[in-house]
Amino acid sequence: MAEKTYLQAISDGLRQEMRRDKRVFVIGEDVGVYGGAFKVTLGFQEEFGPWRVLDAPLSETAILGGATGAAIMGLRPVAEMQFADFISCGWDHLVTVAAKQRWRAGTPIPITVRLPSGGGFSGGPFHSQNPESSFAHIPGLKCVCPATPADAKGLLISAIEDPNPVLFFEHKHLYRRIKGEVPDERYTTPIGEARIHQNGDDLTVVTWGAMVYTAAEAAAKLDDLSVEIIDLRTVMPWDKEAVLASVRKTSKVLVLHEDTRSGGFGAEIAATIGEEAFEDLDAPIKRLAAPDTPVPFSPPLEQAFIPQVDDVVASLRELAEY
Amino acid sequence: MATGTAVEVVMPQMGVSVSEGTVTKWLKSVGDHVDADESIVEISTDKVDTEVPSPGSGTLTEILVDEGQTVAVGTLLGRIGGAEEPARAEAPPEPATPAAVEAAIAASSEGVTAPVAEPEQAFPAPPTPAPAPETAAAPAPEPESHNGQDRAFVSPVVARIAAEHGIDPASIPGSGHGGRVTKKDILAFVESKPAEAPAEPAPAEPPAPAAQPAPAAHPEPASNTSLQGTPAPAPAPAPPAAGEQVEPMNAMRRGIAEHMRRSLDTAAHVTSAIEVDMSKVSAIREKLKPEYQKGYGVNPTYLAFVARATVDTLRDWPWVTAELRGESIVTHSFVNLGFAVALEGGKGLIVPVVKNAEGLNLLGMARAIADLAERARSKKLLPDNVQGGTFTITNPGSFGTFHGTPVINQPQSGILGTYAVVKRPWVIQDENGNDAIAIRPIMNVTLTYDHRIVDGAYAGGFLRELREKLETWSEPDY
Repeated sequence: MAEKTYLQAISDGLRQEMRRDKRVFVIGEDVGVYGGAFKVTLGFQEEFGPWRVLDAPLSETAILGGATGAAIMGLRPVAEMQFADFISCGWDHLVTVAAKQRWRAGTPIPITVRLPSGGGFSGGPFHSQNPESSFAHIPGLKCVCPATPADAKGLLISAIEDPNPVLFFEHKHLYRRIKGEVPDERYTTPIGEARIHQNGDDLTVVTWGAMVYTAAEAAAKLDDLSVEIIDLRTVMPWDKEAVLASVRKTSKVLVLHEDTRSGGFGAEIAATIGEEAFEDLDAPIKRLAAPDTPVPFSPPLEQAFIPQVDDVVASLRELAEY
Repeated sequence: MATGTAVEVVMPQMGVSVSEGTVTKWLKSVGDHVDADESIVEISTDKVDTEVPSPGSGTLTEILVDEGQTVAVGTLLGRIGGAEEPARAEAPPEPATPAAVEAAIAASSEGVTAPVAEPEQAFPAPPTPAPAPETAAAPAPEPESHNGQDRAFVSPVVARIAAEHGIDPASIPGSGHGGRVTKKDILAFVESKPAEAPAEPAPAEPPAPAAQPAPAAHPEPASNTSLQGTPAPAPAPAPPAAGEQVEPMNAMRRGIAEHMRRSLDTAAHVTSAIEVDMSKVSAIREKLKPEYQKGYGVNPTYLAFVARATVDTLRDWPWVTAELRGESIVTHSFVNLGFAVALEGGKGLIVPVVKNAEGLNLLGMARAIADLAERARSKKLLPDNVQGGTFTITNPGSFGTFHGTPVINQPQSGILGTYAVVKRPWVIQDENGNDAIAIRPIMNVTLTYDHRIVDGAYAGGFLRELREKLETWSEPDY
């Protein structure tokens, strides 16, 4: 066990899996010689050679199409989108082919797509998005959004092992900022199981990714309130039971995400709580999310766009006083 | 003029199943300044009487529903203009509007005599010391409270807990938004009052729920605001002397106290009594017992017989089960029959209601009474089970008492008291027309009625017919 950054945990997990399983290979833009835009695969080409660490042309269509084909032929590709935003170029291969192949033909598509996502560093509208909700809506795709280094490694290995296409949303803002103990040995974190980030009795925050830390900072400012934070870890499939259990305890819920509000995955969670835990609610289910605009470049505007600690404090306070 | 800054005062939802309320008194006149959360109007529903806190600060610009009028929940009662507007465009500033005068008259008359003649009032407001008492504000001032309904909003989880414990949420002081009862409030209430919760089961036998001589309060306290620091009409209590124990009244006690006082201030109580020979009933009862117990699991109790006969008799004497509403007499084509049930230790009582009792035969009545008793025992009484009564029966006879003068359950006009069935030497006539003394089971029955609506001859006629029905009870008839 050693303390590692979120980025190191992803890198080490991937390396471990490539050493263990020769079917696992990496494909993406600048992942080879350059070691990846965020250096997740730094040194990989030296260790595994150019045929397992493939520098792809500047075409997400080619990367996802190639990965899908390789998966059909029995390999376990780990495709990197340089930024999650660029995945839209590969929509057709991912959504029309990869997500449906097993349904149509029974052929498993064990691909993992790594998606550096999220904002907070003035990346602007093309380099800051959190598109997990769009893909969570596609039957046949799984979406994971780890928040901690340990979960990042465990979920990446689960994603590689999984016989279905798994989108692995790794939050860029957590890469070097968040450190945590990560077991050295190989382990998996189950897809579809939430983690209680902190226990509480008064209020529940349901969130994932970088917002877990925003929620925790906000909770720390509310001395008089006991806040339970549920880190979903996986958006599709999501851990409904964990969320409902917490709602039954606290009866007041804030659903928090960095993605934009309308049609965001928070809406699905809120609706499910409304359907299945209505008689346990003591306040309207509250959502806090980015407004329905592209991500702004300007730092003050981006700050206003992404839910901040003070926004969460205000929302929780409002819920508590309801 | 109602501008964009106007705040609306609406008839609040005072309980899950309450659909309308009566404005009993405006505590502010048009033109008066009112602070947020200050009591602005007194309202009365069949669940509770209460003062409505102002949803905002400003000037009362309009009164849209006059005193005595009954309107649906959510109806706009008045408007409050923004504090920043010193004067309204249309409403004249002088306070001597008709409504204000009416309020002043009502206020001055109350507490002295029953304001019998107040028009359109379902039941007059309780005595208040001053027309506009300064309340010690709700728990937290709520700037976002717009509609005055917040106090009564019952969240799903609170509704569920309330139903599980048979509590009326309106009887609990709320700490939430606008004084709303939160989950924590109701859980704390359940926790703190295990032996005093309003729907505490009655220890009485299901057939004969023993009631105190003075029955018939709704289980809820009448006023929420009274829990929140409205000045009590009574002077400050003296400190306890040596040997005295002091305990605070619980919500139910306060509700009963208020209701009893208000009923006596409202109705002109008169009690008439009659002796009933229960020989026939007793014989049929013994005969039916095995069948009822075996076939249906219920007892054909004396109370079931009396209730059945009462419902039948009420059909011929509709004013006994009528309601005085303003200057009108409201009669009913149905009988919702309440039964006063004493709570554990005789402290507190509740009046569950058998709805549409006119549709029940003897077996149905016995079952309905047993069902309500069972619900009371298992704390399953819902707010709807204790409201809407049109007539009440109280049965303190299980204690052996032979007479009483119960208090009418407002806004009803009568209450029947049934007492111990006692074997007495009774003068009868034998088949030859000669007087003879026989031993007969005799039950005293009283009717306490509101003399404003029911006169002595009418009450006597009712009692005579009831006795006739009981003494000549014929099995196939029921």
